[in-house]
Amino acid sequence: MNAAMTAMVNSQYVIGSYVVTLAAIGLYAWRMLARARRIARQVPPEERPWT
Amino acid sequence: MTPTEFGPTGIKCPTRTRFSRALGLAALVGIAWLALFGLVLSPDDRVQREGVRILYVHVPSAWLAYLAFVVTGLASAAYLFPKTRSLTWDRIAGASAEVGVLFMGITLVSGSLWGHISWGTYWTWDSRLTTTAFLFVTYIGYLAVRGLGGSQQQRARRSAVVALLALLEVPLVHFSVKWWRPLHQGESVAEKELEGLMLFSLFVGIIAFTLLYVWLVLHRQRVLAMEDSLADRGLDTALAERRQEALPR
Repeated sequence: MNAAMTAMVNSQYVIGSYVVTLAAIGLYAWRMLARARRIARQVPPEERPWT
Repeated sequence: MTPTEFGPTGIKCPTRTRFSRALGLAALVGIAWLALFGLVLSPDDRVQREGVRILYVHVPSAWLAYLAFVVTGLASAAYLFPKTRSLTWDRIAGASAEVGVLFMGITLVSGSLWGHISWGTYWTWDSRLTTTAFLFVTYIGYLAVRGLGGSQQQRARRSAVVALLALLEVPLVHFSVKWWRPLHQGESVAEKELEGLMLFSLFVGIIAFTLLYVWLVLHRQRVLAMEDSLADRGLDTALAERRQEALPR
């Protein structure tokens, strides 16, 4: 495999690592906020002192 | 009592405050900077070529996992200490451990992609990788312990003890590259192997991930507080129903 080909293959791994990282964090945050929205309806405002 | 009593609500983000919104925005800007510097502006390494760019997500996620587990340990100790005992500490510990597991998982995946470039294999049983995997599994176990039944106080006490025991593994992982001779490289920053734009990109990653960590823990512990409140209300309702059943008709 020549140098240009190696660089192209390696770049896929590099971009893949960024995509996996950001997707994992984004998915976790999205699920957490969705859960917050779902259960907030059942919790009285006085038990959400930060609001 | 209907489940939607407190709002069919147009609550878009019930755990948000002005501070957390600013923090979230700062984290997003940090992530954009990380992508810019990590993928575009920083130079290739002489030896590792473009593979070095994985370092800017791999190292910050590993550091954040350590930080998260140390925070879990400190919050657990604060819960166990009688003068500071509060379920808020327990929730901070749980939230931090969960986010730590997320970052540790990212560390393992990004590290294995980097390993494939550098070593030609996704995984090898060297001391750093093995201890990291062990730490990851330990904290998954910690989260499982939190999910066991019992009262909130029982959960807090039980998981605080587990967290303090699990914390002992963190130095083992960190110093594994010094104590043994692994395939994994040593401490690039401490050994001054990075400089200029490469070092700056790494710091951008650490700052961005730290902001993100604080934002995630802040929101997660508020969700946990709402879950606990909901569990209390469920218990109160069940007790009221039992009392009602016991009354003579």
